[in-house]
Amino acid sequence: MISKEEILHVAKLANLKLQDDEVDDFVSQLGQIVEMEGNLADVDTTGVEPTYNMGDTNTVFREDKGIHTQTREQMLENVPETDNNLIKVPTIVDKEDDE
Amino acid sequence: MNFETTIGLEVHVELKTKSKMYSPSPVAYGAESNINTNVIDFGFPGTLPTVNKNGYRLGVMVALALNAEIENHTHFDRKNYFYPDNPKAYQITQQDKPLGHDGYIEIDVDGNKKKIGVEELHVEEDAGKNTHGNNGYSYVDLNRQGTPLIEIVSKPDMHSPEEAYQYLENLRKIVQFTGASDVKMEEGSMRVDTNISIRPVGSDTYGTKVELKNLNSFNHVKLGLAYEEKRQAAILKQGGTIGQETRRFDEKTGETFLMRVKSGADDYRYFPEPDLPDFEISPEWIAEIKSTLPETASVRREKYINELGIPEYDAGVLTDTKEMSDFFDEAVTYKANPKLVSNWLMGEVNAYLNDKKIGLLDTKLTPEHLAKMINLISDGTISSKIAKKVFQETISNGTEPEEWVKSKGLVQESDPAVLTPMIMEILDNNEQSIEDFKNGKDRAVGFLIGQIMKQTHGQANPKVVNKILMTELKSR
Repeated sequence: MISKEEILHVAKLANLKLQDDEVDDFVSQLGQIVEMEGNLADVDTTGVEPTYNMGDTNTVFREDKGIHTQTREQMLENVPETDNNLIKVPTIVDKEDDE
Repeated sequence: MNFETTIGLEVHVELKTKSKMYSPSPVAYGAESNINTNVIDFGFPGTLPTVNKNGYRLGVMVALALNAEIENHTHFDRKNYFYPDNPKAYQITQQDKPLGHDGYIEIDVDGNKKKIGVEELHVEEDAGKNTHGNNGYSYVDLNRQGTPLIEIVSKPDMHSPEEAYQYLENLRKIVQFTGASDVKMEEGSMRVDTNISIRPVGSDTYGTKVELKNLNSFNHVKLGLAYEEKRQAAILKQGGTIGQETRRFDEKTGETFLMRVKSGADDYRYFPEPDLPDFEISPEWIAEIKSTLPETASVRREKYINELGIPEYDAGVLTDTKEMSDFFDEAVTYKANPKLVSNWLMGEVNAYLNDKKIGLLDTKLTPEHLAKMINLISDGTISSKIAKKVFQETISNGTEPEEWVKSKGLVQESDPAVLTPMIMEILDNNEQSIEDFKNGKDRAVGFLIGQIMKQTHGQANPKVVNKILMTELKSR
């Protein structure tokens, strides 16, 4: 089960604006998914080391060499709007330099 | 009611690498906008990160220098958030198994020595840079996106703004001497976030934590924390409650102001980074990194005092920055007298730097040239008066001192066979001074030496002149 509040919280985190009927849809759909995943909690994992990654490689480092793999022109090609080689975006308020 | 202050610090330090933490784009301060970016930095779908070995190595160096334990089995995690300076919408960090943990930094406030705990250190990536226009738009430069950072999280062990200041000073110095970072607040290669709460003395639960941001210097940290201490105490004394909020320091007023109220804990939905494998940090690699750690400032300071006979205060100034200490060490390898090198660095060199408001590495002075110039004074080739001229020339234009002294004919005159006839002539022309000297007026000697210096354009060796002059004066 998942609550309406949780759906709204997740939607906010994902930057999604949901209509009221969509919220109800997600409550039922996501609720089923969460419930299914809940089956995993029934497995006894006592003494099992956590798996963080599925790959079969380990400790792969890159040597510290600075290289340009794309040019700036290539990188800015898909940017909707630029100004003086800067990426122009709508101003984001209330969250200034928070990270 | 008396209150007790609790302070914790989160410090981000940029690691000095050639490329980014998870992408091979070059790292350079002050480069042209968006020039050092690639598809990984832009967060294009289908791109994969890779971990910079040197970035991790420098992180381990910092952790070791802060006496931390290094984690042997680690992996990376995603911290999810939306902001235009990070197009991936997540930061790759180490939330679960940080690179290092349980270190400490020693501080000394008014003779009270104390260890401040370092909870943990982890590597992560910096975000790009936003500039905000007043036209409803912001402008993003992704050059900095992905630059390697190490975040150093203290334990809440500090109880005064002064202790926090000392912690930061010592942290800066320790990291700087490892060579892992420039740790310059003014260039953003060191950034400080603080948490501060107060509680009545004797209380066993912490007060509500306030986060303080936008602290651009250690002094602002101290002032901001001191302001918060007072502000929070005043609220509690009036029976109010402290809000869980983020505040900014205003350097103009010296006050802090509300930036935003924290509604519940941030929800970053950390999970293990699926695009990177697990990492084993072997004890052998850690030992190897440990063996390459440069000497710390305090080790160097002790060495200067005990082995080179440098006064304590001077040794402290020489080891205040790595560039000064490195410069001194190198100059001494050119066989210059360490005390003289120290005196010149503390005196003329520092005066020059203060006057021009620049750093040692911004001048054209090299350790070799300074040492050579000092050796020219020591062996009597030039007088200390001439040395000042040589110094100005060398530090301003990078001129080689020996050749310049020769080509300009500034070599000191020390030959008695040349100096004696000149002195005799001056004495002959200044009978009154000889009379004055006999009557006990020492000023007369100064006058006579001045005459000789004038005639030799300051190149006569004052010691030799003095000796000849005194002998001659007494025999007349």
